[in-house]
Amino acid sequence: MKITLAKGLNMGLRKAMEDDPKVLIMGEDVGTLGGVFRITDGLQKDFGEDRVIDSPLAESGIVGTAVGMAMRGYRPVVEIQFDGFVYPAYDQIVCQVAKIHFRSKGKTKMPMVIRIPFGGGIGAVEHHSESPEAQFAHTPGLKVVACSNPVDGYWMLQQAIASDDPVIFLEPKRQYHADKAELDESVLPAPLFTSRVVKSGTDLTLLSYGPTVKTCLKAADAAASEGRSLEVIDLRTLSPLDMGPVLESVRRTGRAVVVHEAHVNLGMGSEIASRITEQCFFSLEAPVLRVGGFDTPYPPSRIEEDYLPDLDRVLDAVDRSFEF
Amino acid sequence: MSPDPTSTDQVRTDQFGPDLVEVFGPSQQDGGPDLVQLLTPEGERVHHPDFDMDFSAEQLRGFYRDMVLTRRIDTEATALQRHGELGIWAQLLGQEAAQIGAGRALRPQDYVFPTYREHGVAWCRGIDPLDLLGLFRGVDHGRWDPAEKNFGQYTIVIGAQVLHATGYAMGMQRDGVVGTGEPDRDAAVIAHFGDGASSQGDVNEGFIFAASYNAPVVFFCQNNQWAISEPIERQTRIPLYQRALGFGFPGVRVDGNDVLATYAVTQAALQRAREGQGPTLIEAYTYRMGAHTTTDDPTRYRLSADVEHWKLKDPIARVEAYLKRNGLVEGGFLESVQQEANELGHHLREGCKSLPDPDPRGIFDLVYDEMPEELTQQRDEFIAYHASFSEEGASA
Repeated sequence: MKITLAKGLNMGLRKAMEDDPKVLIMGEDVGTLGGVFRITDGLQKDFGEDRVIDSPLAESGIVGTAVGMAMRGYRPVVEIQFDGFVYPAYDQIVCQVAKIHFRSKGKTKMPMVIRIPFGGGIGAVEHHSESPEAQFAHTPGLKVVACSNPVDGYWMLQQAIASDDPVIFLEPKRQYHADKAELDESVLPAPLFTSRVVKSGTDLTLLSYGPTVKTCLKAADAAASEGRSLEVIDLRTLSPLDMGPVLESVRRTGRAVVVHEAHVNLGMGSEIASRITEQCFFSLEAPVLRVGGFDTPYPPSRIEEDYLPDLDRVLDAVDRSFEF
Repeated sequence: MSPDPTSTDQVRTDQFGPDLVEVFGPSQQDGGPDLVQLLTPEGERVHHPDFDMDFSAEQLRGFYRDMVLTRRIDTEATALQRHGELGIWAQLLGQEAAQIGAGRALRPQDYVFPTYREHGVAWCRGIDPLDLLGLFRGVDHGRWDPAEKNFGQYTIVIGAQVLHATGYAMGMQRDGVVGTGEPDRDAAVIAHFGDGASSQGDVNEGFIFAASYNAPVVFFCQNNQWAISEPIERQTRIPLYQRALGFGFPGVRVDGNDVLATYAVTQAALQRAREGQGPTLIEAYTYRMGAHTTTDDPTRYRLSADVEHWKLKDPIARVEAYLKRNGLVEGGFLESVQQEANELGHHLREGCKSLPDPDPRGIFDLVYDEMPEELTQQRDEFIAYHASFSEEGASA
């Protein structure tokens, strides 16, 4: 069956709700509307208002009441409507969701998934195109993952819901309805907190996650026509980072470029570059380079293509790496 | 030319009602005409049309004992802080009736979401007061099991737990333990917070969620008049209990220094919630006789005359007066409670000093349910690093 990312996520939610009656969905407009991106489409109709809960318009309220639900033994899956709206819930996420397991010496589990459609490229107004992942990856107690394709969307969401740790689940919103992929449920998924080589290569390693994995794959195709073989790794998990495949790749290629939409300063790329430098120093032919959003607020959408890392900026960084 | 109805000179400010500051002035100290009271500061029983109830002699003596022991927990912990055994302590002096009245109104299946000052409620839930000290000594974040005691962890971020309480209550609804008509089954949640917390978004969002879903939760606000140094006038222009109306559920102001009234009002609100009739806001009108915490200096911001005024409303003295007047203290009751308090004090003094420091290796262990490999690696490096010192010591 060929599915979009939106369909994969919807199917993943449905499967998780069928498998475990304790799974609940909470969020703004998730019920009759099916979410503003229709990810929860049809679920309230089939599972009822007690399990797919249309909430008041209050992000801290959504996450905070989900904390109480989790304490009562439920597994809430919370939808934050857009990345830029997660900040009113930031306190509940970093001070409560992330710390309750530690604070209670493991007696109170927090099996919660917070879904956040993230990233730009959809021509939206401000606060609808942000990439807040580093803020959560910097918080101990949270796990942070980002899917990049329909098949991962289907499996990773189910795995995140099954995890007894709280998971920030990032969905690249511009991919929701972009491409279709074949879902073969007989092919079992990789573990949730693992990164994966999605295209093999020998000359340089491109590291990315979420919406820019597609950009990196295009860059690898373009570079191939110039005779360069780029390896592309989809990180998939940002906290914890799965550095094994990354280090193995960089030791082989000697070059790495990290690509993400978030601001470069203190972003995921900084952490990844730092770890590569610590652990592959003598294998490196060039410093690890970063391509990302500028250190500015997200710009008005008419010029967002200039802000977002595109094919040319990735290829430019590849060229710079080879100049060393 | 006809007058323009929207022009500013047509607007009469008196259409908006009287100046609210005049209704609720900073000098009001008696709680106002709506205050539910069953026992006066002089220890005389009074009656209330809505919340009256009968109390047995045993119940009254029990309230007295609970309050005396709770006050002892507080004074002993304050002394331990002064001796350097606790880093800080959040005092409840003066708020014993509010906490014991609320705590004793609970049934075992009800669930409590406390702030960091609910030592009296914790006492009612059967938690060893020594287990409260770990957080303030810095050896843990609270030693009790929330699920076993139905008493959540202390919450430091102001008001955050009000949402947890509401969500937990929504979970109870889904578990089918609300409105069944079975007294041992029907359950409710109580969320504690202070007057300062009433300004927080989370508290107001909790009100909205609870109202929207008719959640079985009682919002119990101890209005002790001060949010550290910020007075109640900085939080609200109307009596706090009146806010409930704007959210669509009942609010009631009770004399928080009257354990009988606090018990009666809380019991009614909890019962309402258990039956599926939704949330209630209780404002327990009281006064923080001590400091916000032991790091605070209330002489910098409040009048000693106010403190003297509130001393006359002491929650323990009025029950004692009532018990004596009605001949309920025969058989050395007061002395036996005092003896019990002394033993409790000894337990806390000795126990506090012997609370073990946690094993530093435990820093890593319970951050996650499933520990990531990178954290395992950090832990192993930490253990090896520490071990290297003892090896050096052994070889020297």
